[in-house]
Amino acid sequence: MADEKENIGEKKYKYSIIIPTFNERLNIAIIVYLIFKHLRDVDFEIIVVDDGSPDGTQDIVKQLQQLYGEDRILLRARAKKLGLGTAYIHGLKYATGDFVVIMDADLSHHPKYLPSFIKKQLETNASIVTGTRYVKDGGVHGWNLMRKLTSRGANVLAQTLLWPGVSDLTGSFRLYKKCVLEDVISSCVSKGYVFQMEMIVRASRKGYQIEEVPITFVDRVFGTSKLGGSEIVEYLKGLVYLLLTT
Amino acid sequence: MKHIVKILSLLAAISAFWIGLLQAAIIPRSHTWLLPIYFVVSLGCYGLLMVGVGLMQFPTCPQEAVLLQKDITEAKEFFKHKGVDVGSD
Repeated sequence: MADEKENIGEKKYKYSIIIPTFNERLNIAIIVYLIFKHLRDVDFEIIVVDDGSPDGTQDIVKQLQQLYGEDRILLRARAKKLGLGTAYIHGLKYATGDFVVIMDADLSHHPKYLPSFIKKQLETNASIVTGTRYVKDGGVHGWNLMRKLTSRGANVLAQTLLWPGVSDLTGSFRLYKKCVLEDVISSCVSKGYVFQMEMIVRASRKGYQIEEVPITFVDRVFGTSKLGGSEIVEYLKGLVYLLLTT
Repeated sequence: MKHIVKILSLLAAISAFWIGLLQAAIIPRSHTWLLPIYFVVSLGCYGLLMVGVGLMQFPTCPQEAVLLQKDITEAKEFFKHKGVDVGSD
């Protein structure tokens, strides 16, 4: 390993992976296992921001800490469900990496793509690498026709209005340079998936270099959460807000 | 420059062009008056086309669900041997 470092002459970077959780007792263990499996030669830490899950998520994380080390897995919990944006901000406070990865805990984001994020960033020196589900080597599983239609319609509308420069606006599997994440997140005020859109649009407006890598997205949750009229209204309101303020 | 300013400038430029056409009367005025409607309708059709094409070409990955299940099983086995109680789904 030391030989490799000298030959390549590369600086070894550290990656902080922030995972907000709520009732992800089983999934968090699997995600941690898969991250360790796919990032064998990488210096990283996992920051679990749990919002007071009643299902024992934090107990599992503590057991994982015993197994993998408290320097590799940080549990930075909060008292109750306080939202995604603030979860990232909270996790950022404890991140000691040069880069920050954000990803979901429900296994829709597979850690096997982490090496491709890292590679893309090293190749292009991008400020942000975002995963996109909507390109040829990407994809989604678990969506019915209606869901695909709303997703596609929402995307076309957002592309037409915002010219964002990325193909997947609502995706939340991203790698940021730590300083870039700190800069962008401080100017974002939206909630939910509009927050993810706001992050990438603001970053684009600020001139940060954004690259994309294809990812596959397995939605095991969709059946339980329907995409109703109120979500659509919220999305449209978010679009108008972004159109006027970015 | 804020994005909305860019869009409004673009609309202003198109409007100026349209007004110019109206005044210059290169195209008969009756046609020129309808141009904005044609423009909006074409934009709408283009949008619908993009949605339709995107829907047809929507990338899917059914094999990923299978791979994920394998990963989950592998992880559960690992944790069973290490004595970490992950419980059931």
